Amino acid sequence: MAQGGWISRWPVLRQLRGEDGRSRAARSARTDALRPRTEQADSVARSVCPYCAVGCGQLIYVKDGRVTQIEGDPDSPVSRGRLCPKGAASKQLVTHPGRQKHVLYRRPHGTEWEALDLDTAMDMIAERVLRTRRQTWQQEHEGKTVRRTMGIASLGGATLDNEENYLMKKLYTALGAIQVENQARI
Amino acid sequence: MAECHPVGFQWVVEARARGARVFHVDPRYTRTSALADRHLPIRAGADIVLLGALINHVLVNELDFREYVLAYTNAATIVSADFRDTEDLDGLFSGFDAGSRKYDPSSWAYEGVDEEPAAGLRGEQLEGGAHHAEVAGADQYGSGGAREQASPPTDPTLRHPRCVYQILRRHFARYTPELVEQVCGVSKADFAELAGAITENSGREHTTAWVYAVGWTQHTVGAQYIRTASILQLLLGNMGRPGGGILALRGHASIQGSTDIPTLFNILPGYLPMPNAHEHQNLDDYLKGAGAETGFWGRKRSYMVSLLKAWWGEHATADNDFCFGHLPRLTGDHGHYSTVMAQIDGTVKGYFVVGENPAIGSSGGKAQRFGLANLDWLVVRDLTLVETATFWKNGPELATGEMRTEDIATEVFFLPAATHAEKEGTFTNTQRLLQWRHKALDPPEDCRSELWFYHHLGKRIRARLSDDEIDRPLRELAWDYPEEGERAEPSASAVLREINGTGPDGRTLSAYTELKPDGSTRCGCWIYCGVYADEVNQAARRKPDSEQSWVAPEWGWAWPANRRTLYNRASADPEGRPWSERKAYVWWDAEKGEWTGHDVPDFELTKPPDYLPPEGAVAEDALAGTDPFIMQADGKGWLFAPAGLADGPLPTHYEPQESPVPNLLYGQRANPARRLYDRPESPYNPPESPRFPYVLTTYRLTEHHTAGAMSRPLSYLAELQPALFCEVSPELAGLVGLVNGGWATIVTTRTAIEARVLVTERVRPLRVQGHTVHQVGLPYHWGWDGGGLVTGDSTNDLLPIVLDPNVYIQEGKAVTCDLRPGRRPTGPALLELIREYRDG
Ligand code: SF4
Repeated sequence: MAQGGWISRWPVLRQLRGEDGRSRAARSARTDALRPRTEQADSVARSVCPYCAVGCGQLIYVKDGRVTQIEGDPDSPVSRGRLCPKGAASKQLVTHPGRQKHVLYRRPHGTEWEALDLDTAMDMIAERVLRTRRQTWQQEHEGKTVRRTMGIASLGGATLDNEENYLMKKLYTALGAIQVENQARI
Repeated sequence: MAECHPVGFQWVVEARARGARVFHVDPRYTRTSALADRHLPIRAGADIVLLGALINHVLVNELDFREYVLAYTNAATIVSADFRDTEDLDGLFSGFDAGSRKYDPSSWAYEGVDEEPAAGLRGEQLEGGAHHAEVAGADQYGSGGAREQASPPTDPTLRHPRCVYQILRRHFARYTPELVEQVCGVSKADFAELAGAITENSGREHTTAWVYAVGWTQHTVGAQYIRTASILQLLLGNMGRPGGGILALRGHASIQGSTDIPTLFNILPGYLPMPNAHEHQNLDDYLKGAGAETGFWGRKRSYMVSLLKAWWGEHATADNDFCFGHLPRLTGDHGHYSTVMAQIDGTVKGYFVVGENPAIGSSGGKAQRFGLANLDWLVVRDLTLVETATFWKNGPELATGEMRTEDIATEVFFLPAATHAEKEGTFTNTQRLLQWRHKALDPPEDCRSELWFYHHLGKRIRARLSDDEIDRPLRELAWDYPEEGERAEPSASAVLREINGTGPDGRTLSAYTELKPDGSTRCGCWIYCGVYADEVNQAARRKPDSEQSWVAPEWGWAWPANRRTLYNRASADPEGRPWSERKAYVWWDAEKGEWTGHDVPDFELTKPPDYLPPEGAVAEDALAGTDPFIMQADGKGWLFAPAGLADGPLPTHYEPQESPVPNLLYGQRANPARRLYDRPESPYNPPESPRFPYVLTTYRLTEHHTAGAMSRPLSYLAELQPALFCEVSPELAGLVGLVNGGWATIVTTRTAIEARVLVTERVRPLRVQGHTVHQVGLPYHWGWDGGGLVTGDSTNDLLPIVLDPNVYIQEGKAVTCDLRPGRRPTGPALLELIREYRDG
């Protein structure tokens, strides 16, 4: 850094004097005082980008219970620290204000959403699954045992974890629901 | 690849810097083209002709890697005298039943198979009729492919007229550079350069890789596109070797995992088929009909019994067929699009949509929304209010008057989901690599993981059961996962451990070879066995790139058995020596008496190259020391598939359902076995119709993700790509009267949508069969809502519902359309416009 008082260290002056504005002459005292958010994080979780199937490594920085930054993981042999625009924007996926955080309910023929608490919603869904299952149960189809319901179907996205898909397939199969599908078909 | 898998593309760029040549075959010029040596624009829907001509080029000029082909493929195998090729039957193979539009594949078998006693399948075939569907269906065979003999008759001179090699020569003889020019619009000079490059770069010293994405799969002949590439790669000796292979670039973080541990109707974890009501009554019958007895698929009883034990625990015993009877049975196609039709018809009453958005994300959006509107109840779980959750409030059918909110009786539950940062678990990436994500923080408010949702839903359902027999599979279900934290989140590690499986001592297993058929082992997904070996979460391993070999075996865990390249026995010659020093990968160490190398050998460690199977051997013992394709019945790479495909043993060029030109090769225009749903909600454009003269293809942008729910609400991404646009050439813009930056209306018989116009030379008109074919490119990331900062019409609303008969994937990459300048009409006028096109 150039010697002298603050005026002579002022980036504008230094650049006017001919120092390279894309290099050290761009730095000010304020620049020097800046610290990356990642340095102040309370914790860092090693994760994986949730968009495409390349599977780039991510480092998720958290401070005060909020995600403050998501960076590429330089150790990953898949991505070597890089992220594309989506992976690089994924902090917003967690923090954007349009995210829904509460259960919503629309009654049959209703014109608006209503609030519903999670526990009640879970009970209502369980009750509907059992009712529909019983009403649509097929023990036989064209003389062969099928023991299934054609009344309940499911479509999952391909950002579900393996563990989640596993519980889904296991539960649906025990319920006798066979129309269980995934983005992988589409 | 540069657009949709950008960080993966760094490796292509690096390979090119080291001398690799890169060809990009795509209707559009993209960022990938910009970084390739050559871009070959192609008419969407014509790739089998291009690939078939490459095969023909290899065969006619005898450029195949003969030693590899003879030892490792079924080139020499002799096929039944009953087989008739599409060359003989004008576009049909033998066995086609015009009534059911399905194949009976028995005439495609290897010679001598007919004498084999009926093995489940055979008896069913004799019944004929609808059962043929299941017989020909690829779902039938799981990952091991069809039942065949381990040692069929062969002619190593490759001269027998019915050997696979000669059948291939005849089948592809008319796939010439001239045909490529006529059908694909690729010039003879460009074809010659491509053919020269791939053959020069294959053999002992070199390998060539093919990389594809849904541009190959979303066709009525999608599975056969991949088959064509497989034949080419086997002929050139590019499978199981470093730098070779066919790489599927999958589009979602764990779409590979969603297939391995499927939420798909036709398979169970590890590609075991779901049982079928027509064929299988008990476990023995099921296993007889589930594919080969030889090769590693011959161990399927162990895989299946271990799965049933993982699901029904101590209730599953040898006396009760390990609860095999608890499994519901299939009776045909229960795929996504059939389900939608069943919703419209009123059979499906309740629907869970989990991290998915079919209202705009699936073909034929109108049919999807009519299905949603006819449900009793709908549960949507997502991060934002996706269009599938709000179709009743602001869907396009309200504007046209086709629906009224008050009339829609669907009860809708919206439950907010946790993001990837707020839960732990594994994704399986496109290379079969499982990577564990650690949780960064808890989800806010009501947001929960799917793991939480299904675990707690299961608990609530189980708490409400009766003594009724229909509830027995639920009562006996092993559903006892430890919970953590104040939200009672089930332990994802415990679930992964169950997937891995445990032995009689309760400790985790290390490999699928440890699985037993007697009920003493439990395993939720046999191909994932080993991911929790030694009670350690191997998917969470993160040894830095810089501290291990280029194969990076200690980063995550790849199925099966942490192998990074499948079938890598083929990287060595029949004697077990590397084909060349440059391409050494896995080889036989004669001194130690075992296979070794850079990767985990995809072979039994101590089976020597000169091993010959004894008479009557089963499972892997029936394969010789020179049989690298260990999941196949005969251990060979199948140039010709004697069974297992619904639309023929060899790929054949058919035009897309909607095509502007006839099929130059055969009287049979389109895939005869394609799956059609001709319904008023989603009709088809007539082929070769002057009303729909242009080819439409769809694609993704770098800055958005699928239907946009994970990208349109993000300000950075929304700003980068704010609006739906269509890409058209200057010639087409002139023809139709489109102005760059203005509006265009794109029309099919399904609907019309509007988009901004991008006039660009990146899309070029092609000469096809003496006509100029114009192509229109449309990304598909927009919808009317979805919490998006940017909204727009849904491209998928334009697409037809017509499917590949093997995998039931829709043809979204090659359809026809019309183009008009200006914005689309709104309200009932939109319906009027479509009516004119339909009746016109
Ligand atoms: S950062 Fe980009 S390339 Fe990497 S996984 Fe995410 S979406 Fe794919």
